[in-house]
Amino acid sequence: MNRHAGQSREGAHWAVVALPYAWLLVLFALPFAIVAVISFGEAAPDRAPPVALTGTVRNYTFLFTDPLYVSAYLGSLRIAAISTMFCLLLGYPIAYAIARAPARWRPALLAAIVLPFWTSFLIRVYAWKGILSENGLLNGFLRWSGLASDPGTLIGTEWAIYFGIVYAYLPFMVLPLYATLEKLDGSLLEAAADLGATPARAFLTVTLPLSLPGVVAGCLLVFIPAVGEFIIPDMLGGTETLMIGKVLWDEFFANGDWPLASAVATLMLALLAVPIALFQRLGAARPH
Amino acid sequence: MAGARSRFLLAALAFGYAFLYVPIVSVIVYSFNDSRLVTVWGGFSLRWWRELARNEAMIDAALLSLRIALVSAIGATILGTMAGFALARHGRFRGRALFAGLVAAPMVMPEVIMGVSMLLLFVGLERLFGGPERGFPTIVLAHVTFAAAYVALVVQSRLADFDRSLEEAAMDLGARPATVFRTITLPLIAPAVISGWLLAFTLSLDDLILTQFVAGPESQTLPMAVYSSIRMGLNPQINVVATIVVGLATVALVLSSLLTGRGTGSHAPK
Repeated sequence: MNRHAGQSREGAHWAVVALPYAWLLVLFALPFAIVAVISFGEAAPDRAPPVALTGTVRNYTFLFTDPLYVSAYLGSLRIAAISTMFCLLLGYPIAYAIARAPARWRPALLAAIVLPFWTSFLIRVYAWKGILSENGLLNGFLRWSGLASDPGTLIGTEWAIYFGIVYAYLPFMVLPLYATLEKLDGSLLEAAADLGATPARAFLTVTLPLSLPGVVAGCLLVFIPAVGEFIIPDMLGGTETLMIGKVLWDEFFANGDWPLASAVATLMLALLAVPIALFQRLGAARPH
Repeated sequence: MAGARSRFLLAALAFGYAFLYVPIVSVIVYSFNDSRLVTVWGGFSLRWWRELARNEAMIDAALLSLRIALVSAIGATILGTMAGFALARHGRFRGRALFAGLVAAPMVMPEVIMGVSMLLLFVGLERLFGGPERGFPTIVLAHVTFAAAYVALVVQSRLADFDRSLEEAAMDLGARPATVFRTITLPLIAPAVISGWLLAFTLSLDDLILTQFVAGPESQTLPMAVYSSIRMGLNPQINVVATIVVGLATVALVLSSLLTGRGTGSHAPK
């Protein structure tokens, strides 16, 4: 390679990294620092923006002592964890079945999993609002099939939120699972079978361990955003199920308390720091 | 293959797809419902389609959303392609771990957190520099930032699928880096870039939370209009909007799979 090409290659290298790097630092990372600073302020409704930077820790002592906020944080973590588990239980067989399907069907099967993700999130949650309502499809089906003559209403309960999260995030679970299961070397399973392993044993000792990276990636892709979910608890949940994303939204838009909303966000980010770091390690490790 | 196992897998697929599609189909079917109640079937009718066609607020919101999506998808594609390229083709560089983290994080970051933080950034910039004005520009900046993560993922995984020997061979034969990029790398990643654009476009078109935070008082995008309409109760016009969105998304996805499918097809073992 001649020297000139080497130099311009260096220049192009530099720009390809530097531009997105700078963009993300300014528009993605820097704002978190601003939020952290504002969280030590107080609401000042007569100002624009409505913030007085007083350096108080009042917002945090409030978050840690107010039962409503404490239960909203804990409730979000619990709901996200349970939904992630349901998502995995439903998503794994689907991903496995697609990976084992004839190769020429796989793109179409996969596209059918991804299609709902391309359509509007809001509208998919809206669909469940209709399905789970008093006279919705689900109750209609239960009455028609005779499974329950007087089913209760799911809308407004925690179960409605589970349905919503599993439904909305299922593609995020299936895709990474499929990616690891598809790469799985079939000869390993054949070897296991030749050595006398039953299909169940081969699955537990070969397939499942080898697909663990996909399991972890899928669970993180569902769990992390689900903790901060707003649309689903807002549209499907009731007044009793508090999730922190909705609390933050109300604090910001209804109460106009920007510093308290910032403290809520900062604490949520702190809670999610470990799963996010784990997710990023997976991402950083991927190409190599 | 054991019969019981394939039956189980078939059942899993059937249940999975029913779970995914029954809600969408029900929303579409009820867009043709004559009843005002969205849960009671009152016969076939196009009345809600006609009413939506006269709903100027909703149409204006849709046009604004389309404009935002067009612009932010271009921005996200440029930024995301660079980021995906940097991650797939640059071995080690200083700050790589942080960079990879920053690229991937918007995919999982709860949107309410991103929303608050971006709004506070824009408020700060407005105080310091008098801009950008809240509305179209800030919405585009926010959408570019979060959609670029998805484009980067698509491009990066596409590049990771190809070994570098083609590029290296061209360089060994004396091709300049710009030529290598134009004649080899770009054609290889073009399908991924285009499907990344389509994905960024649909993500922007659909975003509610980030938009609600960073939009000024005057801009109302389609999701914002849909959301405020749903808050007032189930509304059959929303079913019509949903049907149109599902139709558009299907077209976008089919285009995208045709592109990526054809791209990989030519390299697949015969």
